[in-house]
Amino acid sequence: MNGYHLNHLRELESESVYIIREVAAQFERPVLLFSGGKDSIVMFHLARKAFWPAKVPFPLMHIDTGHNFPETLEFRDRLMEKTGAKCIVSYVQDTIDAGKVVEETGPGASRNVLQTVTLLDAIEEYKFDAAMGGGRRDEEKARAKERFFSHRDVFGQWDPKNQRPELWNLFNGRKKMGEHFRVFPLSNWTEMDVWQYIYMENIEIPKLYFTHEREVFLRDGVWLATAPFMELKKGETPVVKKVRCRTIGDITNTGLTLSEANTVLDIIKEVAATRTTERGGRADDKRSDAAMEDRKKEGYF
Amino acid sequence: MSDLIDGYLNMELLRFTTAGSVDDGKSTLIGRLLYDSKAIFEDQMEAIERASERAGAEEVNLALLTDGLRAEREQGITIDVAYRYFATPKRKFIIADTPGHVQYTRNMVTGASTANVAVILVDARHGVLEQTIRHSYIASLLQIPHLIVTVNKMDLVGYDEEVFEDIKAQFRKLAGKLEIKDVRFVPISAKYGDNVVDRSKNMPWYEGPTLLYLLETIHIGSDWNHTIMRFPVQYVIRPQSDRYHDFRGYAGRIASGVFKPGDKVQVLPSGLSTRVKTIEMMEQQLDKAFAPMSVLITLEDDLDISRGDMIVGENKSPQSGDEVEIMLCWLSETPLRLGGKYYLKHTTNDLRCLVTDVEYKIDINTLDKMYDDKSLGLNEIAKVRLKTTKPLFYDSYRTNRITGSLILIDEATNNTVGAGMIV
Repeated sequence: MNGYHLNHLRELESESVYIIREVAAQFERPVLLFSGGKDSIVMFHLARKAFWPAKVPFPLMHIDTGHNFPETLEFRDRLMEKTGAKCIVSYVQDTIDAGKVVEETGPGASRNVLQTVTLLDAIEEYKFDAAMGGGRRDEEKARAKERFFSHRDVFGQWDPKNQRPELWNLFNGRKKMGEHFRVFPLSNWTEMDVWQYIYMENIEIPKLYFTHEREVFLRDGVWLATAPFMELKKGETPVVKKVRCRTIGDITNTGLTLSEANTVLDIIKEVAATRTTERGGRADDKRSDAAMEDRKKEGYF
Repeated sequence: MSDLIDGYLNMELLRFTTAGSVDDGKSTLIGRLLYDSKAIFEDQMEAIERASERAGAEEVNLALLTDGLRAEREQGITIDVAYRYFATPKRKFIIADTPGHVQYTRNMVTGASTANVAVILVDARHGVLEQTIRHSYIASLLQIPHLIVTVNKMDLVGYDEEVFEDIKAQFRKLAGKLEIKDVRFVPISAKYGDNVVDRSKNMPWYEGPTLLYLLETIHIGSDWNHTIMRFPVQYVIRPQSDRYHDFRGYAGRIASGVFKPGDKVQVLPSGLSTRVKTIEMMEQQLDKAFAPMSVLITLEDDLDISRGDMIVGENKSPQSGDEVEIMLCWLSETPLRLGGKYYLKHTTNDLRCLVTDVEYKIDINTLDKMYDDKSLGLNEIAKVRLKTTKPLFYDSYRTNRITGSLILIDEATNNTVGAGMIV
């Protein structure tokens, strides 16, 4: 090995920074989709690196389902204050109140599918032409075929069988009026890469990722948190356990891991030893074998 | 820092593409690599077992791991390039898994464009076939630095050494016609795992490395060009804040060469000379930057520079001109229009071009040149001449995969229709 060697994290960082700069150069109104989860936090960190010492030249946007962990929202607001970044918040509740979608009911109810409508409405309202998301190809099998620059038609739909080939580092962001792009700068990162990078760069993340005591209940082999809007089924009893989140989504569908991990290093060790995938605890993916593909075609993140 | 973390943070990244047709057992091979290197999680394995049962398979079908989209799972074929990830304590791997049927060339070219290594599968029962020639030609055209020929299904030929040696000889003959620098051969059985991750007990005559060991150790440090300085300007950074009032930085990814503060450089197309003042990444000042790093460069002199310009070393200038000859792989169902206009993307430059001539077409099954055929359809490759609306600054693809590559975009549909390598 010669002196010009880049380790895998620096190479991934370099690739993502290149993509983010390419978005700023090719699009008129980009936006960075921010969920408060570790992937979008890393993406925002990379965006700050990409344009430093200038400010990030596009806003962030959070699709607020109203079913967030309160810790996620506190973290989001503090991060925006610290960095001076601007975050637009669009509420799924507004979409429901406007009568555009009907809320699911019953114990399995989730706003996961509804947020696609809120997201597409917001993209249209703010005339965003590129929305960057923290999706990674290793997360799920339909995502494995996703491009960095993913074209969406006027209805926000993804056509997986008719994607533009992506060669070298040449990204084609050309589009017609009303169409937009989803861009995934973290495409080539794995869950482990994200944790290692958080460790290497000392990036602050929400406390939810570390072990804490929480009231939880077991459903279909997955620990879920109790919350006022969570309906318990017969036989489900809340208990207090030491848990942490492996991914942060809505309370309704984020499975919690029984864990003692206190530091990023502990988490890295835990991930290295884990035998189930990160999304294995996501009830939203379990609806069918092609649940993610179907949601993505309609315009999901 | 613990050893665990230390090791993890210093891994190299290797990108490889796999080439083989439907029956070569390519998906099984990838499944085997992922499975034996323990990159498959329990929930994924359970999902595969469930799916195998549904499909009525007797054994767990490892190919189901890589077939991501619903239509693929239903029809049992791979439609598009899928990316897979795994890591061993030595390296992190990105696999571009490309399908083996009709749209093969288009997808393999896509996967090959960023690969360090191409893994080519040959069925031990059939030896070197037309498709092997096609796969090898694409690997050589795209200048993939390393080629690993895996002779699969050795179990079906009684693990016979002679079969393996014979295929090696056939391939060497073919490689002579192509520009392939580094070829290795491994006899394997993806289905039973022989020589994929673990050494085979069935082939004691084979003393070489397993496929995974090769992937872990093949030297890729020299795959990037570290001699010719090329920095395409991607984005101009002007903070316009009080603290950075006159700051002007040039953001981009180094295409080749090594840049250091104090280096004499030339800015193209203006041709003006200056020196590198600083190389930065956020608040960090770097003493050098090399491919493929994304950095911010400031210059000693205040020059008028914008996206699409290129900062180069003084030792070797790129070629320039508004006429280029390229090897063009056609990616669209709508054929190339001779005399037609297309958008063209080259480094960070957007321009337009006119297709002025198709010199010859390559029969990718025989490697013959066809001079009389001026048409170019999906998955075909030809030597083509372009005239551009403004001069390009470029290197030949052979010397630089970044400054020597371009794509053509259809002006009506905005689809990416052509992949070009400058001759």
